[in-house]
Amino acid sequence: MKQEIVKLENVSFDYGDHRVLENINLTVYDDDFLGIIGPNGGGKSTLLKLILGLINPTDGTILLFNKAPREGRKYVGYVPQYSLVDRNFPINVEQVVLSGRIRYTDFLRRYSEKDRKIAEKAMNIMGIENLRDTQIGKLSGGQLQRGLIARALATEPRLLLLDEPTSNIDVQAETGFYDFLHELSEEMAIILVTHDTGAISSHVKTIGCINKTLHYHGEKNIPPKVFEKLYGCPIELIGHGIPHRVLKEHDD
Amino acid sequence: MVFQYAFFQNALMAGILAAIACGVIGSYVVVKRLVFISGGISHAAFGGIGLGLFLGYNPLLTAILFSVFSSSILGVISKKAYQREDTLIGAMWAIGMAFGIFMIYQTPGYVPDLASYLFGNILTVSQNDILIMIVLNIIIGLIVFLRYNEFLAFSFDEEFSEVTNVPVMKTYIVLLSLVALTVVVLVSVVGIILAMALLTLPAATSSLFTNSLKKMIVFSTSIGVAYMILGIGMSFIMNQPSGATIVLVSGISYLGLLGIKSMIKKS
Repeated sequence: MKQEIVKLENVSFDYGDHRVLENINLTVYDDDFLGIIGPNGGGKSTLLKLILGLINPTDGTILLFNKAPREGRKYVGYVPQYSLVDRNFPINVEQVVLSGRIRYTDFLRRYSEKDRKIAEKAMNIMGIENLRDTQIGKLSGGQLQRGLIARALATEPRLLLLDEPTSNIDVQAETGFYDFLHELSEEMAIILVTHDTGAISSHVKTIGCINKTLHYHGEKNIPPKVFEKLYGCPIELIGHGIPHRVLKEHDD
Repeated sequence: MVFQYAFFQNALMAGILAAIACGVIGSYVVVKRLVFISGGISHAAFGGIGLGLFLGYNPLLTAILFSVFSSSILGVISKKAYQREDTLIGAMWAIGMAFGIFMIYQTPGYVPDLASYLFGNILTVSQNDILIMIVLNIIIGLIVFLRYNEFLAFSFDEEFSEVTNVPVMKTYIVLLSLVALTVVVLVSVVGIILAMALLTLPAATSSLFTNSLKKMIVFSTSIGVAYMILGIGMSFIMNQPSGATIVLVSGISYLGLLGIKSMIKKS
């Protein structure tokens, strides 16, 4: 029996007088691998923040694992944009990954043997165990991102939430990354948001499009008209790891 | 020898105590980029000093209450009010100072030397001040020791910490309150205007040499002690104001080391 893990009903969000999201309805099930695409400023990050309970909707209701987001987010592994991480921060990979366990620490916030084992396992899955003592500023972008995913996996999530995971990653690495996510999606639900319409469509199970409103029908194929509306220009969505082409409109 | 004199021993003791508090809390101020909000907290602390002088209490004690209170307000409004954070900090900064000056002018009779609170006068540190500084250092050290992992996770990634249900607002307010206590420790050594220098320079210097927060705390404490001894010694020998000399020694050392490091990196 499929289980509903995320449910948004008629959700709107205003930032000041500016309406960022309007009347969003979305149901995600525990075996979903959903990609949400949309232009920058289209409300992708806002949607993630709403799901995570970091901000509250202006209208509508959000359920995460049938609980309020602030409750339900304990089952969510969140992977923020790695390009927003402060690379100068004096912290090494192991400490980053361990911080995924902080919810389970005692009142003095000490990590237990079990926490260390789980962090170890997460680093092994991501293939970064030999970088454990490396300060994050010395990592490549891809390595840092794997560290952030390991931190999310250390929370033992049932849903993985990724914000722009493939920005600034080359096409080849991107394809490998999606293959990895595909494997991971056997074990947990995955939602990722991106402004990149490239390789995503051939790897995720379903696609949604967001630009203030959300087009999502639990399918993978998006009518070209929807894209045109979203990006304000005709875009061809091509699968198999080839970046999308933007067709220039004629002036006349 | 000057070491025999009580005032000099007190001065040295105050300098070392200030260096410890700065090394620990300054590291967080630098890595969490709290420099500007710390400026607001330290200047607002002047309100507490004015209040103490008016009421006739030890100004350091009223400064503790006042600055912990104002830093908590700053913490809440900077997160909750959908206003530009730097504007609010600037407002608190000015209001705190103005309130302090206002209270001092309401104080009947003798108006104390304002400059010693603004720029510090380490040679007038009393035994009571030392006692207050020791207690504040113990509080600061204990809280950081007990909450180390929480502060680390919070400082590195606030949003992720919130998702993992770390009480982010509480942690932030505790951290800002520790900044406030550190400012109080610094008042008699360098004064509230120069406090910013010691909250940032030793930690910034040590960040040139390490990539671990734990080591950064240890290094910046040691570097702070060195800056203090050098600064106090030079101010005494050259008969110059202590606070300004300590800050100049720290600032020039930091910039010098920064220059040397970037030259080594290039070559």
